[in-house]
Amino acid sequence: MSVRVQEDDFDIGAEIDALCEGRVDIGAVVSFTGLVRDMGGGAQLSSMALEHYPGMTERALETIEAEARARWPLQGVTIIHRYGELAPGARIVLVLTASPHRAAAFEAAEFLMDYLKTRAPFWKKETTEHGGHWVDAREADDLAEERWRQ
Amino acid sequence: MRVLYFAWVRERIGLPREEVETSAQTVAELVAELRGREERYALAFSDLSALRVAVDQEVVGFDASLTAAREVAFFPPMTGG
Repeated sequence: MSVRVQEDDFDIGAEIDALCEGRVDIGAVVSFTGLVRDMGGGAQLSSMALEHYPGMTERALETIEAEARARWPLQGVTIIHRYGELAPGARIVLVLTASPHRAAAFEAAEFLMDYLKTRAPFWKKETTEHGGHWVDAREADDLAEERWRQ
Repeated sequence: MRVLYFAWVRERIGLPREEVETSAQTVAELVAELRGREERYALAFSDLSALRVAVDQEVVGFDASLTAAREVAFFPPMTGG
């Protein structure tokens, strides 16, 4: 399974090793890791809760992966997205793409993240000393997704 | 029909999911029924531009048909990644 939705943390090195195991035809592996960032904004982030829609999340990620594989000659894809309570600095999401040459791996990783941001059913709630608030969707993320459809 | 709520929609309504007996033919008709129930539903559905809907785990528009639908979910725009 190249798509996983889990509470547990992941090991980036182990995931790259697993993706490449037993293969000598892969020329490039790109990895993207998203982290819980302390947004500042006057209040320190104490934690972030990630909620998701079990079932739909996995389907959405598999659809996004299939779209990437249709566009680029990928030899492997790994998408891991965490949910639950996460502390500042914690890993949230991992995207790995493998291809014979780097261009496809770089582009596909960016595409996967842009699509995941707007199409995978996750919602972030930040908690600071002032209480909790749901993170608003960013227009920049919508624009980032749209450019792949032009 | 199973109706699911996520993020602040869930918090406003006070439930993650419920079974709803309805004859609504479209999502919009279901929303109208839910709005009429109680203040907390009216509040959650007060601004549809802030909401997204999925029928059987596919994102659709509010004019989408509910024929043969088993599961409808309401949530704000996604903020993963």
